[in-house]
Amino acid sequence: MPLQTIDKGAIVRWLTACADSIAANREYLTKLDAAIGDGDHGVNMDRGFKAVVVKLSAGAEMDIPQLMKSAGMTLISTVGGASGPLYGTFFLQAAQVCAGKAELTLADWIAMLKAAMNGIMARGKASAGDKTMLDALAPAVQALEDAAAQVHSTAGALALSACAAKAGMSATEPLVARKGRASYLGERSAGHLDPGAASMYLLLKAAAETLASR
Amino acid sequence: MKKLINRAEDVVRESLEGFAAAHADLIRVNFEPAYVARRDAPVNGKVGVVSGGGSGHEPLHSGYVGMGMLDAACPGSIFSSPTPDQMLEASKAVDGGAGILHIIKNYTGDQMNFEMAAELGRAEGLEIDSAVIDDDVAVTDSLYTAGRRGVGLTVLAEKITGAAAEERRSLKEVANICRQVNSWGRSMGMALTSCTVPHIGHPMFDLPENEMEIGIGIHGEPGRKRLPIQSADEITAMLMEPVIQDLPYRAGDRVLLFVNGMGGTPLSELYIVYRQALSIAKGHRLNVERSFVGSYITSLEMAGCSITLLKLDDTLIRLWDAPVKTPALRWGI
Ligand SMILES: Nc1ncnc2c1ncn2[C@@H]1O[C@H](COP(=O)(O)OP(=O)(O)OP(=O)(O)O)[C@@H](O)[C@H]1O
Ligand SMILES: [Mg+2]
Repeated sequence: MPLQTIDKGAIVRWLTACADSIAANREYLTKLDAAIGDGDHGVNMDRGFKAVVVKLSAGAEMDIPQLMKSAGMTLISTVGGASGPLYGTFFLQAAQVCAGKAELTLADWIAMLKAAMNGIMARGKASAGDKTMLDALAPAVQALEDAAAQVHSTAGALALSACAAKAGMSATEPLVARKGRASYLGERSAGHLDPGAASMYLLLKAAAETLASR
Repeated sequence: MKKLINRAEDVVRESLEGFAAAHADLIRVNFEPAYVARRDAPVNGKVGVVSGGGSGHEPLHSGYVGMGMLDAACPGSIFSSPTPDQMLEASKAVDGGAGILHIIKNYTGDQMNFEMAAELGRAEGLEIDSAVIDDDVAVTDSLYTAGRRGVGLTVLAEKITGAAAEERRSLKEVANICRQVNSWGRSMGMALTSCTVPHIGHPMFDLPENEMEIGIGIHGEPGRKRLPIQSADEITAMLMEPVIQDLPYRAGDRVLLFVNGMGGTPLSELYIVYRQALSIAKGHRLNVERSFVGSYITSLEMAGCSITLLKLDDTLIRLWDAPVKTPALRWGI
Protein backbone atom coordinates (compact mmCIF):
# COMPACT_ATOMS: atom_id res chain seq x y z
CA MET A 1 0.00 0.00 0.00
CA PRO A 2 1.45 3.40 -0.95
CA LEU A 3 2.13 5.80 1.91
CA GLN A 4 -0.52 8.38 2.55
CA THR A 5 0.20 11.75 0.95
CA ILE A 6 -0.27 15.19 2.47
CA ASP A 7 -2.67 17.45 0.58
CA LYS A 8 -3.36 21.15 0.74
CA GLY A 9 -6.25 20.69 3.16
CA ALA A 10 -3.89 18.99 5.58
CA ILE A 11 -1.41 21.88 5.40
CA VAL A 12 -4.22 24.34 6.13
CA ARG A 13 -5.33 22.21 9.09
CA TRP A 14 -1.73 22.06 10.31
CA LEU A 15 -1.19 25.82 10.18
CA THR A 16 -4.50 26.36 11.96
CA ALA A 17 -3.57 23.79 14.60
CA CYS A 18 -0.18 25.51 15.08
CA ALA A 19 -1.96 28.80 15.76
CA ASP A 20 -4.39 27.13 18.19
CA SER A 21 -1.61 25.36 20.04
CA ILE A 22 0.58 28.48 20.29
CA ALA A 23 -2.41 30.49 21.53
CA ALA A 24 -3.25 27.84 24.13
CA ASN A 25 0.38 27.80 25.28
CA ARG A 26 1.01 31.53 25.10
CA GLU A 27 1.43 31.98 28.85
CA TYR A 28 3.51 28.80 29.13
CA LEU A 29 5.96 29.96 26.44
CA THR A 30 6.09 33.41 27.98
CA LYS A 31 6.90 31.91 31.35
CA LEU A 32 9.71 29.80 29.89
CA ASP A 33 11.16 32.88 28.17
CA ALA A 34 10.82 35.01 31.30
CA ALA A 35 13.06 32.52 33.13
CA ILE A 36 16.00 32.69 30.71
CA GLY A 37 15.14 35.40 28.18
CA ASP A 38 12.96 38.48 28.15
CA GLY A 39 9.51 36.97 28.42
CA ASP A 40 8.25 37.85 24.96
CA HIS A 41 8.31 34.52 23.15
CA GLY A 42 4.67 33.51 23.75
CA VAL A 43 3.31 36.93 22.89
CA ASN A 44 5.47 37.21 19.76
CA MET A 45 4.57 33.75 18.45
CA ASP A 46 0.88 34.19 19.18
CA ARG A 47 0.78 37.50 17.32
CA GLY A 48 2.55 35.86 14.36
CA PHE A 49 0.45 32.73 14.05
CA LYS A 50 -2.81 34.68 14.45
CA ALA A 51 -1.67 36.72 11.44
CA VAL A 52 -0.84 33.50 9.55
CA VAL A 53 -4.41 32.27 10.07
CA VAL A 54 -5.87 35.57 8.84
CA LYS A 55 -3.85 35.14 5.63
CA LEU A 56 -5.12 31.55 5.28
CA SER A 57 -8.73 32.63 5.11
CA ALA A 58 -7.86 35.28 2.52
CA GLY A 59 -5.91 32.88 0.32
CA ALA A 60 -8.30 30.10 -0.63
CA GLU A 61 -6.63 29.68 -4.03
CA MET A 62 -3.05 29.32 -2.70
CA ASP A 63 -1.25 26.03 -3.33
CA ILE A 64 1.02 24.30 -0.79
CA PRO A 65 4.23 26.19 -1.63
CA GLN A 66 2.33 29.48 -1.64
CA LEU A 67 0.78 28.67 1.74
CA MET A 68 4.20 27.91 3.19
CA LYS A 69 5.71 31.06 1.68
CA SER A 70 2.84 33.21 2.92
CA ALA A 71 3.25 31.77 6.44
CA GLY A 72 7.00 32.53 6.34
CA MET A 73 6.59 36.10 5.11
CA THR A 74 3.82 36.75 7.64
CA LEU A 75 5.92 35.44 10.55
CA ILE A 76 8.92 37.53 9.45
CA SER A 77 6.86 40.71 9.43
CA THR A 78 4.85 40.11 12.61
CA VAL A 79 6.89 38.11 15.14
CA GLY A 80 10.08 40.15 15.62
CA GLY A 81 12.67 39.03 18.16
CA ALA A 82 14.95 36.14 17.31
CA SER A 83 12.17 33.70 16.55
CA GLY A 84 10.59 35.84 13.78
CA PRO A 85 13.44 35.51 11.30
CA LEU A 86 14.12 31.92 12.40
CA TYR A 87 10.56 30.62 11.98
CA GLY A 88 10.19 32.77 8.86
CA THR A 89 13.25 31.08 7.42
CA PHE A 90 11.80 27.68 8.43
CA PHE A 91 8.70 28.19 6.26
CA LEU A 92 10.45 29.96 3.37
CA GLN A 93 13.06 27.24 3.00
CA ALA A 94 10.39 24.53 3.20
CA ALA A 95 8.37 26.38 0.53
CA GLN A 96 11.30 26.32 -1.89
CA VAL A 97 11.71 22.57 -1.60
CA CYS A 98 8.06 21.82 -2.39
CA ALA A 99 7.81 24.23 -5.34
CA GLY A 100 5.33 22.99 -7.95
CA LYS A 101 3.88 20.20 -5.78
CA ALA A 102 0.13 19.80 -5.36
CA GLU A 103 0.57 16.96 -2.85
CA LEU A 104 3.43 15.96 -0.60
CA THR A 105 4.86 12.51 -0.06
CA LEU A 106 6.52 11.63 3.22
CA ALA A 107 9.85 12.05 1.40
CA ASP A 108 8.84 15.58 0.37
CA TRP A 109 7.95 16.46 3.95
CA ILE A 110 11.29 15.17 5.18
CA ALA A 111 13.11 17.19 2.53
CA MET A 112 11.13 20.28 3.57
CA LEU A 113 11.94 19.92 7.26
CA LYS A 114 15.57 19.29 6.44
CA ALA A 115 15.76 22.46 4.34
CA ALA A 116 13.99 24.33 7.13
CA MET A 117 16.54 23.06 9.63
CA ASN A 118 19.48 24.02 7.42
CA GLY A 119 17.93 27.46 6.96
CA ILE A 120 17.67 27.98 10.71
CA MET A 121 21.26 26.85 11.17
CA ALA A 122 22.48 29.24 8.47
CA ARG A 123 20.49 32.17 9.91
CA GLY A 124 21.20 31.64 13.62
CA LYS A 125 24.62 29.94 13.38
CA ALA A 126 23.63 27.63 16.21
CA SER A 127 24.53 23.96 16.41
CA ALA A 128 23.02 21.03 18.27
CA GLY A 129 23.28 21.41 22.04
CA ASP A 130 23.33 25.22 22.07
CA LYS A 131 19.92 25.17 23.80
CA THR A 132 17.80 26.51 20.95
CA MET A 133 14.80 25.49 18.83
CA LEU A 134 17.25 23.44 16.80
CA ASP A 135 17.49 20.96 19.66
CA ALA A 136 13.84 20.01 19.08
CA LEU A 137 13.95 20.19 15.28
CA ALA A 138 17.13 18.22 14.56
CA PRO A 139 16.06 15.01 16.37
CA ALA A 140 12.65 15.24 14.70
CA VAL A 141 14.25 15.34 11.26
CA GLN A 142 16.51 12.43 12.20
CA ALA A 143 13.53 10.41 13.47
CA LEU A 144 11.64 11.00 10.23
CA GLU A 145 14.57 9.82 8.15
CA ASP A 146 14.95 6.70 10.27
CA ALA A 147 11.22 5.96 10.11
CA ALA A 148 11.09 6.48 6.34
CA ALA A 149 13.90 4.00 5.84
CA GLN A 150 11.77 1.36 7.56
CA VAL A 151 8.72 2.14 5.36
CA HIS A 152 6.47 3.26 8.18
CA SER A 153 3.07 4.82 7.57
CA THR A 154 3.11 8.60 7.13
CA ALA A 155 1.12 8.99 10.32
CA GLY A 156 3.51 6.71 12.20
CA ALA A 157 6.57 8.55 10.94
CA LEU A 158 5.07 11.93 11.93
CA ALA A 159 4.21 10.60 15.38
CA LEU A 160 7.78 9.38 15.86
CA SER A 161 9.15 12.75 14.82
CA ALA A 162 6.91 14.54 17.33
CA CYS A 163 8.16 12.18 20.05
CA ALA A 164 11.75 12.89 19.12
CA ALA A 165 11.05 16.63 19.17
CA LYS A 166 9.58 16.29 22.64
CA ALA A 167 12.61 14.38 23.88
CA GLY A 168 14.88 16.97 22.27
CA MET A 169 12.97 19.78 23.93
CA SER A 170 13.16 18.10 27.33
CA ALA A 171 16.87 17.55 26.87
CA THR A 172 17.44 21.32 26.64
CA GLU A 173 16.66 21.67 30.35
CA PRO A 174 20.12 20.93 31.79
CA LEU A 175 21.96 22.67 28.95
CA VAL A 176 23.81 25.98 29.25
CA ALA A 177 22.63 28.33 26.49
CA ARG A 178 25.22 29.40 23.94
CA LYS A 179 23.01 31.38 21.58
CA GLY A 180 20.42 34.12 21.94
CA ARG A 181 19.48 36.14 24.97
CA ALA A 182 19.67 33.16 27.32
CA SER A 183 23.43 32.92 26.74
CA TYR A 184 23.92 36.12 28.81
CA LEU A 185 22.94 34.05 31.85
CA GLY A 186 25.78 31.60 31.41
CA GLU A 187 25.49 28.76 33.92
CA ARG A 188 22.27 30.26 35.27
CA SER A 189 20.47 29.24 32.05
CA ALA A 190 20.75 25.56 33.05
CA GLY A 191 17.70 24.06 34.74
CA HIS A 192 15.14 25.65 32.39
CA LEU A 193 13.56 24.45 29.15
CA ASP A 194 14.40 26.51 26.09
CA PRO A 195 11.28 28.43 24.99
CA GLY A 196 12.11 28.16 21.27
CA ALA A 197 12.54 24.37 21.59
CA ALA A 198 9.15 24.27 23.30
CA SER A 199 7.41 26.21 20.51
CA MET A 200 9.14 24.07 17.88
CA TYR A 201 7.82 20.94 19.59
CA LEU A 202 4.29 22.41 19.53
CA LEU A 203 4.50 22.93 15.76
CA LEU A 204 5.80 19.40 15.11
CA LYS A 205 3.21 17.91 17.46
CA ALA A 206 0.51 19.76 15.54
CA ALA A 207 1.96 18.28 12.33
CA ALA A 208 1.63 14.76 13.70
CA GLU A 209 -1.95 15.44 14.69
CA THR A 210 -3.12 16.94 11.40
CA LEU A 211 -0.98 16.10 8.38
CA ALA A 212 -1.86 12.45 7.96
CA SER A 213 -5.54 12.65 8.88
CA ARG A 214 -8.29 13.34 6.38
CA MET B 1 1.38 47.89 37.69
CA LYS B 2 0.92 51.64 37.81
CA LYS B 3 1.55 53.27 34.44
CA LEU B 4 0.40 56.27 32.47
CA ILE B 5 -1.08 54.18 29.66
CA ASN B 6 -4.43 53.29 28.13
CA ARG B 7 -4.31 49.68 26.95
CA ALA B 8 -1.06 47.72 27.19
CA GLU B 9 -1.31 46.61 23.56
CA ASP B 10 -1.58 50.23 22.34
CA VAL B 11 1.48 51.61 24.16
CA VAL B 12 3.96 51.63 21.28
CA ARG B 13 1.50 52.94 18.68
CA GLU B 14 -0.03 55.65 20.85
CA SER B 15 3.37 56.85 22.00
CA LEU B 16 4.50 57.01 18.38
CA GLU B 17 1.37 58.99 17.47
CA GLY B 18 2.19 61.57 20.13
CA PHE B 19 5.83 61.66 19.05
CA ALA B 20 4.80 62.22 15.42
CA ALA B 21 2.52 65.11 16.34
CA ALA B 22 4.96 66.73 18.78
CA HIS B 23 7.92 66.72 16.39
CA ALA B 24 6.29 67.13 13.01
CA ASP B 25 8.81 69.87 12.15
CA LEU B 26 11.72 67.40 12.32
CA ILE B 27 10.40 63.93 11.51
CA ARG B 28 7.59 62.04 9.91
CA VAL B 29 6.22 58.73 11.09
CA ASN B 30 5.06 55.85 8.92
CA PHE B 31 2.79 53.43 10.74
CA GLU B 32 2.41 50.43 8.41
CA PRO B 33 5.15 49.29 8.75
CA ALA B 34 6.36 51.47 11.60
CA TYR B 35 9.38 53.70 11.10
CA VAL B 36 10.42 57.29 11.83
CA ALA B 37 12.22 59.23 9.09
CA ARG B 38 13.80 62.64 8.81
CA ARG B 39 11.30 65.19 7.55
CA ASP B 40 13.58 66.03 4.59
CA ALA B 41 14.56 62.44 3.70
CA PRO B 42 15.92 61.26 1.39
CA VAL B 43 18.83 63.68 1.44
CA ASN B 44 20.41 63.61 -1.98
CA GLY B 45 23.96 62.27 -2.10
CA LYS B 46 24.12 61.46 1.62
CA VAL B 47 24.50 58.02 3.16
CA GLY B 48 21.23 57.10 4.88
CA VAL B 49 21.90 56.08 8.48
CA VAL B 50 19.25 53.70 9.81
CA SER B 51 18.93 52.10 13.21
CA GLY B 52 16.22 50.49 15.26
CA GLY B 53 15.48 48.13 18.07
CA GLY B 54 12.91 47.29 20.67
CA SER B 55 10.90 50.15 22.16
CA GLY B 56 11.25 51.06 25.82
CA HIS B 57 14.69 52.73 25.49
CA GLU B 58 13.41 56.20 24.60
CA PRO B 59 14.72 58.58 23.44
CA LEU B 60 16.73 55.87 21.60
CA HIS B 61 16.31 55.46 18.59
CA SER B 62 13.42 57.55 17.25
CA GLY B 63 14.42 60.61 19.29
CA TYR B 64 17.70 60.74 17.39
CA VAL B 65 16.21 61.02 13.92
CA GLY B 66 17.01 64.33 12.28
CA MET B 67 19.77 66.46 10.81
CA GLY B 68 23.24 65.30 11.89
CA MET B 69 22.18 61.97 13.34
CA LEU B 70 19.83 59.20 12.08
CA ASP B 71 17.89 59.31 8.83
CA ALA B 72 15.45 56.68 10.08
CA ALA B 73 14.67 54.53 13.10
CA CYS B 74 12.50 51.41 13.39
CA PRO B 75 10.71 50.89 16.70
CA GLY B 76 9.88 47.30 17.65
CA SER B 77 7.52 46.14 20.36
CA ILE B 78 8.77 46.87 23.86
CA PHE B 79 12.17 45.17 24.30
CA SER B 80 11.68 43.16 21.10
CA SER B 81 13.45 43.63 17.79
CA PRO B 82 11.57 45.31 14.94
CA THR B 83 10.95 43.30 11.78
CA PRO B 84 12.70 43.25 8.38
CA ASP B 85 9.79 44.88 6.53
CA GLN B 86 10.11 47.95 8.76
CA MET B 87 13.86 48.15 8.17
CA LEU B 88 13.46 47.62 4.44
CA GLU B 89 10.82 50.33 4.02
CA ALA B 90 12.79 52.73 6.23
CA SER B 91 15.95 52.10 4.20
CA LYS B 92 14.13 52.74 0.92
CA ALA B 93 12.56 55.93 2.29
CA VAL B 94 15.94 57.46 3.20
CA ASP B 95 18.03 56.25 0.26
CA GLY B 96 19.66 59.37 -1.15
CA GLY B 97 21.72 57.40 -3.66
CA ALA B 98 24.89 57.08 -1.55
CA GLY B 99 23.97 53.83 0.19
CA ILE B 100 22.49 52.88 3.53
CA LEU B 101 24.22 52.06 6.82
CA HIS B 102 22.41 49.92 9.37
CA ILE B 103 23.59 50.50 12.96
CA ILE B 104 22.72 47.35 14.90
CA LYS B 105 22.90 46.76 18.64
CA ASN B 106 24.30 43.28 19.20
CA TYR B 107 21.26 41.21 20.12
CA THR B 108 20.40 38.00 18.28
CA GLY B 109 16.96 39.28 17.28
CA ASP B 110 18.17 42.65 16.02
CA GLN B 111 21.05 41.06 14.12
CA MET B 112 18.91 38.50 12.32
CA ASN B 113 16.10 40.91 11.46
CA PHE B 114 18.53 43.50 10.08
CA GLU B 115 20.37 40.77 8.18
CA MET B 116 17.14 39.68 6.48
CA ALA B 117 16.26 43.31 5.73
CA ALA B 118 19.66 43.83 4.11
CA GLU B 119 19.18 40.70 1.97
CA LEU B 120 15.76 41.91 0.84
CA GLY B 121 17.10 45.43 0.22
CA ARG B 122 20.04 44.24 -1.84
CA ALA B 123 17.67 42.12 -3.91
CA GLU B 124 15.85 45.38 -4.67
CA GLY B 125 19.08 47.13 -5.68
CA LEU B 126 19.91 49.04 -2.48
CA GLU B 127 23.52 49.32 -1.34
CA ILE B 128 23.53 48.39 2.35
CA ASP B 129 26.34 48.02 4.85
CA SER B 130 26.07 47.45 8.59
CA ALA B 131 27.99 48.21 11.77
CA VAL B 132 27.42 46.46 15.08
CA ILE B 133 27.57 48.04 18.54
CA ASP B 134 28.68 45.68 21.33
CA ASP B 135 30.13 47.75 24.16
CA ASP B 136 28.82 46.09 27.33
CA VAL B 137 31.82 44.86 29.33
CA ALA B 138 29.50 43.02 31.75
CA VAL B 139 29.08 40.23 29.20
CA THR B 140 32.00 37.96 28.45
CA ASP B 141 32.62 37.96 24.74
CA SER B 142 33.21 34.33 23.90
CA LEU B 143 32.16 31.61 21.51
CA TYR B 144 29.73 30.52 24.18
CA THR B 145 27.56 33.62 24.30
CA ALA B 146 25.74 35.76 21.78
CA GLY B 147 28.54 38.26 22.43
CA ARG B 148 28.49 41.60 24.17
CA ARG B 149 25.32 43.64 24.21
CA GLY B 150 24.96 47.03 22.58
CA VAL B 151 24.21 49.61 25.28
CA GLY B 152 25.21 53.24 26.05
CA LEU B 153 27.75 53.58 23.27
CA THR B 154 24.90 53.30 20.75
CA VAL B 155 23.91 56.94 21.39
CA LEU B 156 27.46 58.20 20.82
CA ALA B 157 27.85 56.02 17.71
CA GLU B 158 24.62 57.33 16.21
CA LYS B 159 25.65 60.94 16.83
CA ILE B 160 29.16 60.59 15.43
CA THR B 161 28.19 58.38 12.49
CA GLY B 162 25.34 60.72 11.60
CA ALA B 163 27.75 63.65 11.56
CA ALA B 164 30.12 61.73 9.30
CA ALA B 165 27.26 61.04 6.88
CA GLU B 166 26.31 64.73 7.00
CA GLU B 167 29.86 65.55 5.75
CA ARG B 168 28.91 63.55 2.63
CA ARG B 169 31.48 60.87 3.28
CA SER B 170 31.17 57.58 1.37
CA LEU B 171 29.29 54.59 2.74
CA LYS B 172 32.58 52.84 3.40
CA GLU B 173 33.95 55.78 5.38
CA VAL B 174 30.75 56.29 7.35
CA ALA B 175 30.65 52.58 8.24
CA ASN B 176 34.30 52.67 9.29
CA ILE B 177 33.75 55.67 11.56
CA CYS B 178 30.95 53.76 13.27
CA ARG B 179 33.18 50.69 13.68
CA GLN B 180 35.95 52.87 15.09
CA VAL B 181 33.56 54.29 17.68
CA ASN B 182 32.55 50.75 18.58
CA SER B 183 36.12 49.59 19.01
CA TRP B 184 37.02 52.63 21.14
CA GLY B 185 33.97 52.62 23.43
CA ARG B 186 33.04 50.54 26.49
CA SER B 187 30.12 50.63 28.94
CA MET B 188 28.75 49.09 32.08
CA GLY B 189 25.42 49.60 33.83
CA MET B 190 23.65 48.92 37.11
CA ALA B 191 20.08 48.82 38.37
CA LEU B 192 18.53 49.95 41.64
CA THR B 193 15.06 48.75 40.63
CA SER B 194 13.55 46.50 37.99
CA CYS B 195 11.11 47.62 35.29
CA THR B 196 7.70 46.44 34.10
CA VAL B 197 6.88 45.74 30.46
CA PRO B 198 3.23 46.87 30.07
CA HIS B 199 1.93 43.68 28.41
CA ILE B 200 3.67 41.51 31.01
CA GLY B 201 2.34 43.55 33.93
CA HIS B 202 4.87 42.69 36.64
CA PRO B 203 8.56 43.56 37.15
CA MET B 204 11.12 41.69 35.01
CA PHE B 205 12.96 40.53 38.14
CA ASP B 206 12.76 41.04 41.88
CA LEU B 207 15.25 43.41 43.39
CA PRO B 208 14.74 43.81 47.13
CA GLU B 209 14.81 47.30 48.64
CA ASN B 210 18.38 46.95 49.96
CA GLU B 211 19.99 45.30 46.91
CA MET B 212 21.28 46.33 43.51
CA GLU B 213 22.27 44.50 40.34
CA ILE B 214 25.65 45.32 38.77
CA GLY B 215 26.27 44.67 35.06
CA ILE B 216 22.67 44.97 33.97
CA GLY B 217 21.66 45.25 30.28
CA ILE B 218 19.00 47.59 28.95
CA HIS B 219 16.18 45.03 28.97
CA GLY B 220 16.22 44.09 32.59
CA GLU B 221 18.42 41.11 31.80
CA PRO B 222 20.28 40.00 34.90
CA GLY B 223 23.75 41.34 35.42
CA ARG B 224 27.06 40.09 36.71
CA LYS B 225 26.24 40.09 40.37
CA ARG B 226 23.75 41.17 42.97
CA LEU B 227 25.06 43.11 45.96
CA PRO B 228 23.81 45.03 48.95
CA ILE B 229 23.21 48.65 48.02
CA GLN B 230 26.20 50.98 48.48
CA SER B 231 27.04 54.66 48.15
CA ALA B 232 27.06 56.46 44.79
CA ASP B 233 30.86 56.78 44.97
CA GLU B 234 31.33 53.05 45.56
CA ILE B 235 28.88 52.12 42.79
CA THR B 236 30.60 54.50 40.38
CA ALA B 237 33.94 52.81 41.07
CA MET B 238 32.37 49.38 40.43
CA LEU B 239 31.33 50.55 36.98
CA MET B 240 34.34 52.68 36.04
CA GLU B 241 37.13 50.25 36.90
CA PRO B 242 35.98 47.33 34.67
CA VAL B 243 35.29 49.77 31.83
CA ILE B 244 38.75 51.33 32.08
CA GLN B 245 40.48 47.94 32.41
CA ASP B 246 38.67 46.46 29.44
CA LEU B 247 39.89 48.51 26.48
CA PRO B 248 42.12 49.40 28.35
CA TYR B 249 42.07 53.20 28.52
CA ARG B 250 45.60 54.42 29.26
CA ALA B 251 47.13 57.47 30.86
CA GLY B 252 47.00 60.37 28.42
CA ASP B 253 44.02 59.04 26.42
CA ARG B 254 41.49 61.67 25.42
CA VAL B 255 38.00 60.47 26.25
CA LEU B 256 34.32 61.31 26.29
CA LEU B 257 32.65 60.43 29.60
CA PHE B 258 28.95 59.59 29.35
CA VAL B 259 26.83 59.01 32.46
CA ASN B 260 23.43 57.70 31.41
CA GLY B 261 20.23 57.31 33.43
CA MET B 262 18.17 54.14 33.01
CA GLY B 263 14.84 56.00 33.07
CA GLY B 264 13.94 56.25 36.74
CA THR B 265 16.94 58.07 38.19
CA PRO B 266 16.90 61.87 38.57
CA LEU B 267 19.51 63.99 36.81
CA SER B 268 20.75 65.25 40.18
CA GLU B 269 21.89 61.72 41.06
CA LEU B 270 23.51 61.25 37.65
CA TYR B 271 25.66 64.31 38.39
CA ILE B 272 26.73 62.76 41.69
CA VAL B 273 27.89 59.75 39.66
CA TYR B 274 29.53 61.98 37.05
CA ARG B 275 31.47 63.86 39.70
CA GLN B 276 33.02 60.64 41.01
CA ALA B 277 33.49 59.09 37.55
CA LEU B 278 35.46 62.17 36.52
CA SER B 279 37.65 61.92 39.59
CA ILE B 280 38.35 58.23 38.88
CA ALA B 281 39.15 59.05 35.25
CA LYS B 282 41.57 61.73 36.43
CA GLY B 283 43.10 59.23 38.84
CA HIS B 284 43.91 57.08 35.80
CA ARG B 285 45.23 60.24 34.10
CA LEU B 286 42.60 60.15 31.36
CA ASN B 287 41.85 63.51 29.72
CA VAL B 288 38.10 63.90 29.78
CA GLU B 289 37.60 66.27 26.86
CA ARG B 290 33.84 65.88 26.38
CA SER B 291 31.10 64.95 28.80
CA PHE B 292 27.51 63.87 28.38
CA VAL B 293 25.04 63.38 31.23
CA GLY B 294 21.36 62.45 31.05
CA SER B 295 18.85 59.67 30.36
CA TYR B 296 19.58 58.96 26.70
CA ILE B 297 19.19 55.17 26.48
CA THR B 298 16.77 53.85 29.04
CA SER B 299 15.08 50.73 30.26
CA LEU B 300 11.50 51.96 30.83
CA GLU B 301 11.21 53.21 34.44
CA MET B 302 14.25 51.34 35.79
CA ALA B 303 16.30 53.29 38.32
CA GLY B 304 20.04 53.04 37.84
CA CYS B 305 22.74 54.25 35.50
CA SER B 306 25.39 53.24 33.04
CA ILE B 307 28.80 54.71 32.35
CA THR B 308 30.35 54.80 28.89
CA LEU B 309 33.87 55.83 27.96
CA LEU B 310 34.83 56.62 24.38
CA LYS B 311 38.38 57.27 23.30
CA LEU B 312 38.60 60.37 21.10
CA ASP B 313 40.81 61.76 18.37
CA ASP B 314 40.46 65.07 16.52
CA THR B 315 38.07 63.59 13.96
CA LEU B 316 35.74 62.07 16.54
CA ILE B 317 35.73 65.31 18.53
CA ARG B 318 34.84 67.33 15.44
CA LEU B 319 32.04 64.89 14.57
CA TRP B 320 30.74 64.88 18.16
CA ASP B 321 30.66 68.70 18.20
CA ALA B 322 29.02 68.98 14.77
CA PRO B 323 25.49 70.43 14.65
CA VAL B 324 22.61 68.11 15.39
CA LYS B 325 18.89 68.77 15.31
CA THR B 326 16.68 65.91 16.47
CA PRO B 327 13.76 65.66 18.92
CA ALA B 328 16.06 64.50 21.75
CA LEU B 329 19.48 65.95 20.91
CA ARG B 330 20.08 69.45 19.60
CA TRP B 331 23.15 71.63 19.54
CA GLY B 332 25.27 73.79 17.29
CA ILE B 333 22.34 75.36 15.44
N1 LIG C 1 21.04 31.83 17.10
C1 LIG C 1 19.93 31.10 17.28
N2 LIG C 1 19.70 29.98 16.55
C2 LIG C 1 18.58 29.25 16.73
N3 LIG C 1 17.63 29.55 17.63
C3 LIG C 1 17.82 30.63 18.40
C4 LIG C 1 18.96 31.45 18.27
N4 LIG C 1 18.85 32.48 19.16
C5 LIG C 1 17.69 32.30 19.80
N5 LIG C 1 17.06 31.20 19.34
C6 LIG C 1 15.78 30.68 19.76
O1 LIG C 1 14.88 31.78 19.92
C7 LIG C 1 14.20 31.65 21.16
C8 LIG C 1 13.85 33.02 21.72
O2 LIG C 1 13.01 33.69 20.83
P1 LIG C 1 12.45 35.14 21.13
O3 LIG C 1 11.55 35.52 20.03
O4 LIG C 1 11.98 35.22 22.53
O5 LIG C 1 13.76 35.98 20.92
P2 LIG C 1 14.47 37.11 21.77
O6 LIG C 1 15.85 36.63 22.00
O7 LIG C 1 13.66 37.50 22.94
O8 LIG C 1 14.50 38.27 20.72
P3 LIG C 1 14.75 39.81 21.05
O9 LIG C 1 16.13 39.79 21.56
O10 LIG C 1 14.66 40.61 19.82
O11 LIG C 1 13.70 40.16 22.06
C9 LIG C 1 15.15 30.88 22.03
O12 LIG C 1 14.44 30.17 23.00
C10 LIG C 1 15.88 29.96 21.07
O13 LIG C 1 15.23 28.72 20.89
MG1 LIG D 1 12.47 36.54 24.12
